Amino acid sequence: MDNLLKIANGERIKRSDIPSLPFHVFRQELLQFAVNGGQIVHYFAYEDAGVLMVLAIVRSDAALYAAAAEAPEAYHALTADCEKFHMFEREIAEQYGVRPYEHPWLKHVRYHANYRQREDVFGNDYRQDIPGNYDYFPVEGEAIHEVAVGPVHAGIIEPGHFRFQCIGEEVLHLEIQLGYQHRGVEKMLTAVPRKRLPVIVEGIAGDTAIGHSLCYAQAIESLGSLPVDEGASIVRAIALELERIANHIGDLGALSGDVAFNPPAAYFGRLRGEFLNLLLVLSGNRFGKGLVRPGGVAYTMGQEQRRILIDKIKETKLEIAHVCDLLFTAHTVQARFDHTGTVDRETAEKLGLVGYAGRASGIAYDARVSFPTECYAGLPASINNKTDGDVASRAAVRREEVEHSFLLIETLLAREVATESVLAGDCKLAPSSLVVTINEGWRGEVSHCLLTDAQGEILRYKIKDPSFHNWTGLAMALRHQGISDFPLCNKSFNLSYCGFDL
Amino acid sequence: MLTIIKNRMEQGCRTSRYPKTPITLNNRYRGMPKIHKNCPAALMKKCADLCPQEAIDAENALLDLGRCVFCGQCETLSKGDCIQFTQNFELGVARKEHLLTNGNLPRLADNAKKHFKKLFGRSLQLRQVSAAGCNACEADTNVLNTPFFDLARFGIQFVASPRHADGIHVTGPISKNMHAALMATYEAVPAPKVVIASGSCAISGGPFRGSPEVVGDLNSLIPVDLYIPGCPPHPLTTLHALLNYFK
Repeated sequence: MDNLLKIANGERIKRSDIPSLPFHVFRQELLQFAVNGGQIVHYFAYEDAGVLMVLAIVRSDAALYAAAAEAPEAYHALTADCEKFHMFEREIAEQYGVRPYEHPWLKHVRYHANYRQREDVFGNDYRQDIPGNYDYFPVEGEAIHEVAVGPVHAGIIEPGHFRFQCIGEEVLHLEIQLGYQHRGVEKMLTAVPRKRLPVIVEGIAGDTAIGHSLCYAQAIESLGSLPVDEGASIVRAIALELERIANHIGDLGALSGDVAFNPPAAYFGRLRGEFLNLLLVLSGNRFGKGLVRPGGVAYTMGQEQRRILIDKIKETKLEIAHVCDLLFTAHTVQARFDHTGTVDRETAEKLGLVGYAGRASGIAYDARVSFPTECYAGLPASINNKTDGDVASRAAVRREEVEHSFLLIETLLAREVATESVLAGDCKLAPSSLVVTINEGWRGEVSHCLLTDAQGEILRYKIKDPSFHNWTGLAMALRHQGISDFPLCNKSFNLSYCGFDL
Repeated sequence: MLTIIKNRMEQGCRTSRYPKTPITLNNRYRGMPKIHKNCPAALMKKCADLCPQEAIDAENALLDLGRCVFCGQCETLSKGDCIQFTQNFELGVARKEHLLTNGNLPRLADNAKKHFKKLFGRSLQLRQVSAAGCNACEADTNVLNTPFFDLARFGIQFVASPRHADGIHVTGPISKNMHAALMATYEAVPAPKVVIASGSCAISGGPFRGSPEVVGDLNSLIPVDLYIPGCPPHPLTTLHALLNYFK
């Protein structure tokens, strides 16, 4: 730990203060940290004045650490010793053409040419369509069959490819191939005029528009020394909780639909809309787009908005409690939810699962508690009672979080603090600096990491959606499950395709 | 069983009576823009400069609905003197040139293809394709199936197979990695077929226009029949566009 620099969430750090270690020391430090229970927030590469660097941001229970090293062109994969790095190392290989040898499963992440015009690590020719030069992981045997689904799915959802290796009805292995949604977001954010950034960030994952735009705004506020008043902080926190409630109850309804219990599906489907409409009351947009801007919020909360929120929450809270009772006490639902798609705690820790997926497996980590931003520091934490790692636990955690979010919103609504609306102006960013921002979006830990160059321009913009950790959790949940339970397991995680694909 | 009945009574019937009865959206909703032609040119220019989507043509006092993400920054800056967003959610247009507007759109029904009304007026089946959409457009399209909107009562349904569909409804800026799958889905729909571009991304690339990883404009790949602006379009915008174009 001596070689790691302790940093705080949202704290501006001089890049020269980040310890730059010899790569073998960097590797050793990170492995030791991760093997002893630490988790990876970021591990990525960036180019600075022609030198390729790797930077890691790691966390223990309530502290963040940073370390950097000059990147070798090829190196002994950290994943060979610790699973937590597996996706990060594949991403570095794809983005910068650095080869981690002895990586147990080195395949592309999103399917695009690397940023340095280097030889492709995966031997892909990107004029060919995804998945290019890659054969899916095969399982061989007389009774084995393969099921391929996607990229275009049966419903109105985002694209991705799922490849099941089955013996009869039983899934032996699920391989998830994403990348279809790749829009080149990280590269865009350093290439386009700064005024475009807020709307791009809101589109990283539209269902997490508040989560991602908070990370962006806090980073710019830190680098640009912009103050945010308490009134704006309250609006931001309320919006983040509304986003959480809308998505959780939408998913509870969809889970109900997936086990063919239609009443809660219909009721939750409608109730979800009530919360999107409350976001619209705050921001003018059902997903809260346009609300959060560096320096505060673009739309303030007046008495009219406060009144609507208070009334609507009072009305829906009871309805939601009743529909939850209906869902969670139905025996047919319990029979399908219990012991389905289990991810045990050990696996969840190895994969670094976050958010409700992690909490349902017994990992209590909640960024609102460990790294509080806005007004979360003084607010009570959510407590989860069912942590068996199955669909039933992921559903129960959602219910508990909805109830908890109601409590937070009611607490915050009682604080009548005025604020002024802000315009997305340009501000000068501190040169040669680093900032890491973390917020607990509805799916879990959302984090952005920005580095500026000597002129104060953004040199590297790294984004991590919680789905980056959790997709592997879904793949593990499907092991030895009936293939017909896939929709149910999938919905219990409900991960972001575009948040992963960027 | 008793709990089901109790819940059923508490929930009641929530289906909207739209379009028979009009709906008024909250006053913060930003729909059809009103552009004040006579506002000071310098102020209009300021709005255009601030616009993250470069959607404002200051000289001619026009706004590109295909680019606009309705963030409302121009309205805040000009205090409504240049651009004002009204609560009118009827934003769908049939021709690309209509997207560039001063706030008065031609009636959508007048510009619809007449044979589409005859073919699909009583039953329309659509295959939705998300081509790098951020899940806001997708989610607010899905919402049309919830009891409040209940799209199926109009004979309009989203179906699983393009073979069963009369057309495609596309969201997202069309990533390179979705290009082939999108075209394959389009090809699989039997002709005559409808193409709907929904949301700023599918119409113009939206926030992602210019990225080398996206195509950015559905119309450059296949001819679009109906444009539904928004980021994402409000479910009522989509509903209004579908009803007026096909019914």
